[in-house]
Amino acid sequence: MSPFSGALAPAAGEISANVAHGTFTQMWLLIALPLAGAAILLLLGRRTNTWGHWVGVLMSAGSFAIAVSIFLAMRQESGGNRAFTQHLFQWISVGSFQVPFDLRIDQLSMVFVLLITGVGTLIHIYSVGYMSHDHERRRFFGYLNLFVAAMLLLVLADNYLLLYVGWEGVGLASYLLIGFWFYKETAAVAAKKAFVVNRVGDVGLSIAVMLMFVTFGSVTFEGVLGSAPKASQTSLTLIGLALLLAACGKSAQFPLQSWLLDAMEGPTPVSALIHAATMVTAGVYLIARSNAIFNAAPTAQTAVIVIGAITLIMGAIIGCAKDDIKKALAGSTMSQIGYMVLAAGLGPIGYVFAIFHLLTHGFFKATMFLGAGSVMHGMNDQVNMRRFGALRTVMVLTTITFFAGYLAILGIPPFAGFYSKDKIIESAFAHSTLVGLVTLVGAAITAFYMTRLVAMTFLGRARWPDDAHPHESPAMMMVPVSILAVLSAVSGFLLIHDNWIVNWLEPVVGFEEPVLGFNVNILQYGTLALVLVSAALGYVLYARRPVPEVAPVGSFLTQAARADLYGDEVNEAVFMRPGQYLTRLLVWFDNRVVDGAVNGTAALIGGLSGRARRTQNGFARSYALTMLGGAALVIAALVLVRL
Amino acid sequence: MSSLLAAASFDVPTIEYGQLSPMLIIFGVAVLSLLVEAFAPRGSRRPIQLVLVFAGLAAAFAAVVMIRGTQHIAAMGSVAVDGPALFMQGAILVLAFIAALVMAERQVDPLGDAFAPRASALPGSTDEIAFTRLGWLQTEVWPLFLFSVGGMLLFPASADLLTMFVALEVVSLPLYIMAGLARRRRLLSQEAALKYFVLGAFSSAFFLYGTALFYGYAGSVDLSAISDALTANAGSMWLVITATGLVSVGLLFKIGAVPFHQWTPDVYQGSPTPVTGFMAACTKIAAFGALLRIMYVALGGIRWDWRPMMYVIAALTMIVGTLFALTQTDMKRMLAYSSIAQAGFMLVGVIATNQAGLSGTMVYLVAYGIATIGAFAIVTLVRDSTGEASHLSQWAGLGRKAPIVASAFALFLLAFAGIPLTSGFTGKFAVFTAGIAGGATPVVIIGLVASAVAAFFYVRVIVLMFFNEPTSDDGVSVVVPSGFTTLAITISVALTLVIGLVPQLILDLANQAGLFIR
Amino acid sequence: MGEVYLPILVLGILGAAFAVFSVAAPSIIGPRRYNRARLDAYECGIDPTPQPIGGGRFPIKYYLTAMLFIVFDIEIVFLYPFAVAFDQLRLFGLIEMAVFIVTVLAVYAYVWRRGGLEWD
Repeated sequence: MSPFSGALAPAAGEISANVAHGTFTQMWLLIALPLAGAAILLLLGRRTNTWGHWVGVLMSAGSFAIAVSIFLAMRQESGGNRAFTQHLFQWISVGSFQVPFDLRIDQLSMVFVLLITGVGTLIHIYSVGYMSHDHERRRFFGYLNLFVAAMLLLVLADNYLLLYVGWEGVGLASYLLIGFWFYKETAAVAAKKAFVVNRVGDVGLSIAVMLMFVTFGSVTFEGVLGSAPKASQTSLTLIGLALLLAACGKSAQFPLQSWLLDAMEGPTPVSALIHAATMVTAGVYLIARSNAIFNAAPTAQTAVIVIGAITLIMGAIIGCAKDDIKKALAGSTMSQIGYMVLAAGLGPIGYVFAIFHLLTHGFFKATMFLGAGSVMHGMNDQVNMRRFGALRTVMVLTTITFFAGYLAILGIPPFAGFYSKDKIIESAFAHSTLVGLVTLVGAAITAFYMTRLVAMTFLGRARWPDDAHPHESPAMMMVPVSILAVLSAVSGFLLIHDNWIVNWLEPVVGFEEPVLGFNVNILQYGTLALVLVSAALGYVLYARRPVPEVAPVGSFLTQAARADLYGDEVNEAVFMRPGQYLTRLLVWFDNRVVDGAVNGTAALIGGLSGRARRTQNGFARSYALTMLGGAALVIAALVLVRL
Repeated sequence: MSSLLAAASFDVPTIEYGQLSPMLIIFGVAVLSLLVEAFAPRGSRRPIQLVLVFAGLAAAFAAVVMIRGTQHIAAMGSVAVDGPALFMQGAILVLAFIAALVMAERQVDPLGDAFAPRASALPGSTDEIAFTRLGWLQTEVWPLFLFSVGGMLLFPASADLLTMFVALEVVSLPLYIMAGLARRRRLLSQEAALKYFVLGAFSSAFFLYGTALFYGYAGSVDLSAISDALTANAGSMWLVITATGLVSVGLLFKIGAVPFHQWTPDVYQGSPTPVTGFMAACTKIAAFGALLRIMYVALGGIRWDWRPMMYVIAALTMIVGTLFALTQTDMKRMLAYSSIAQAGFMLVGVIATNQAGLSGTMVYLVAYGIATIGAFAIVTLVRDSTGEASHLSQWAGLGRKAPIVASAFALFLLAFAGIPLTSGFTGKFAVFTAGIAGGATPVVIIGLVASAVAAFFYVRVIVLMFFNEPTSDDGVSVVVPSGFTTLAITISVALTLVIGLVPQLILDLANQAGLFIR
Repeated sequence: MGEVYLPILVLGILGAAFAVFSVAAPSIIGPRRYNRARLDAYECGIDPTPQPIGGGRFPIKYYLTAMLFIVFDIEIVFLYPFAVAFDQLRLFGLIEMAVFIVTVLAVYAYVWRRGGLEWD
């Protein structure tokens, strides 16, 4: 034994697992219940209109109940023994290519399952009230159940191919839900955009899966992660970057961030569940799950940190300038996921805290999104914060719950965000001062834009439209929000108490104590002071001074931030414009050269046309010419290779 | 004189009738079917033809099953009866069976079936109107269909280039005629037939020229003899290279690879839709079988020479097919460009030149073929008063009018797009992993990007069907077909689901097929 | 190596020379008298088929006859070597030729029943 073995031993997580027994054999039900719900609601159609939404709630709640029972059973097992797999059937088996349809539940998937089913059930209940006036409510619940099933498959899969199925599934559900009000032009466009951008990320994941198969001869977690240290640096870096691309698409990280802001066109419960609490964090799950690959690929890790840092600042700046309450929250989501991605890029000192922040963020961001939904419910679906103000007077409970989320995201002790965000800042400083400073600046901007948001919405003077009669939302909506608000307040402390979350996750993702060059307390108080100053600034600017009902022109930076920091423009210039020109060229080409047959149709319907026939003959000639040219090129290419 | 003859005595050739039985059965039935056309009274032709066709296809399939496991070059070195050949013959027979069901449909068109009452009548002429009014129905499509199927069985099994050329012609000539048989839009159909014929003949010439050059190089047209000559490095390399290019052009034309693809949309659009489905699915299998055999058996030794060319062709095919499909407004043309793009994906398997590439391409071909026939079968059902309503806008809101048909179509589109848990994913994954393992990573990445873009226009159609309001009073309706088309669509849906959910079955079959015999 | 191809080259040159000569000679040495009959297409001495504007249809009978001729011509091409090597081929040859002839007969029957042999 080398004397250094203790110090040098990789802090990566364990990947071996036991065969499921007892309570754990129910894990397939976690997915099966919501899937059955989706099938009932979507296949039986209008017959279920009157009671369908309760089926949706029931299936989600049932899944949550099973998750809790599995969680309790898992706590009975010892730390290194908490991973279980369940073999459902052999999916693909060809020679060396083996893909079992296996589920895996371990400490990492467990917390995700609890988050998805728990927050999911609360949002299902909330939606019963929120969507009560929508005559397509049943379809909405069908999609929502489909999403829950797909997301659970994503986190319960025991191999990357199955994970990919869940990955596509949540993408599909997200697409369907963003475009739920497809008759709205903006919603339809947003859905398409989300679909296209996500496909770019999906390409990354499929490349990663194929590279894994070629490198390791397997796509199971055990086969890939278990032998990751033995693979070459280049392969691991390539796989890591491909996984990062996938994470960027799904988690709205730079440069694939642009779809998330538009995705707010979907119903608000969707924004809360999919585009804040669960689906958008799938990228963080992917990186944390693949920790063995990233630990062995420092280049890929650096790329993860850089992407996270850029997005966290970018999202925060966008959040400062948006007047649409949901879009401001969406910018904040981008920024907070940037924190998680950055933490995941830090390696073993960060994985645990990335997941920790993911959980607390799931609670407090869902609280705030549902609060925003409640505000919209009371204000005739108005989203412009310049027409809010002083809502604290009429929507007391909404204000209180929203403030719980607000304090949590700011990181005011003892609210949840304090514990989780501080840990990330600490780890970042332990990694390097530069990265640490970025997270600190991010925290300050966060305090500013969140204060702006609550000030414009709940404080100050009323700037309501004449026809608005704000009122508190029904209990069906406010009970779930209140539960989430309580969680936003206490979850941070509960999870970090006795280092519980660290001990819980360590066997899967590994852990190393971040080592700071200075006293941790200085950092904590410093952060807190910065946040308070920044929040005070926001309060002075937006609560004490009157807010104009029409947005002022603003500085260059404000304008840039309002335009999503020109994310769309950049994408447009780089991808869309050339694409559009290409399409236009193709259409022209198609009309002039290829589509003669279609043009001929008009002549055909009118009867015989000698002219049409002559042109058609011409086309066959030009095709033959192309073929001849092609043949010449083929032979030329062959000859060139020879030379 | 007599001594001269004695000196020229030769071994009596042998023919393994058993191993050739699938082809012999189909050709035999085709001749019978021709005689039915000649002698049976008009009224009884259809039932006799249908019995002949379906029994013949079933018997040939049974023969394929009986001789499975054979590894032998039969008929004096002309026909290779080996695993891949038998797999593809089986696949062609199953797909031809489904396609024949769609062709046999007589309920969706109020005027009769999908075929012209008299194809030789001038489009729009008084003759044609008269024949249509008389309600004439022809059954001549059946012998043509059977001859074409017979050629398709021989095509991937040809062990020498001349047999392959004959097979190519036997596949193609009936197809040229079938393309011109559409009952509706006669002018478009005749144009399709003529274009297909002229360009097909042109491409055959390339193939034949290449064959001649190969003979000049190797002194033989046997694929294994060409391979041996390459190993021995006999003769001019330039001859081989030119020959390789020319033969490839002939085959790339048949599979619709860019830049030899331009006939595809016109012909797919103009042909009677049941024929389009048959042509798209079965011809592709046969032609890919032949291409794979040439590239793996004869030219495997110089793969470093032809792979870069194939890289470019595959990449171009994927890109052009996908981009053009994006701009299409006609369903049949969109499916045609999609089939071009799919051919590009399959070419990745050809480039891989390994066992996984071979079996992956075969699985892809089957998955694609089934979904294609199903999709075109559904295209025949969506009609307005002038025939098939193939403009995309006419499909809006189809999910409301006919949820089951629209769902089946959506399933086929998802399979084309390669969404996990459908057959298309199985095929794409098999081909792309083989491609990476074979060192063709750049092409695979282009393929992945192209399939991501392609997913967009497939999903666009799904959105159109389910999320858009139907245009009011456009007269488009989904016709209720007879048992024939219903059965065809049901089989296609079932097979697509099975290959997607339990890919094991087909992957095992393809894998057991092993490699080409030399 | 090269001399093997010499006869082919010579044949090619002769062929090309004949073609060029046949086309060139009349225009050089022939009388230049143009009239309507001379400018018409050559169709075995009968009146050219009238061609409506926009392209008309040509009776398919000419092609049919030509194709039938090829079918039976090819049959002879196969039958002749079979007759020469009849005894060496034994039973195999008999079966194969029977199959061949039956196939050709089927086509013949089809042509006959479909009126392909009737001139009008």
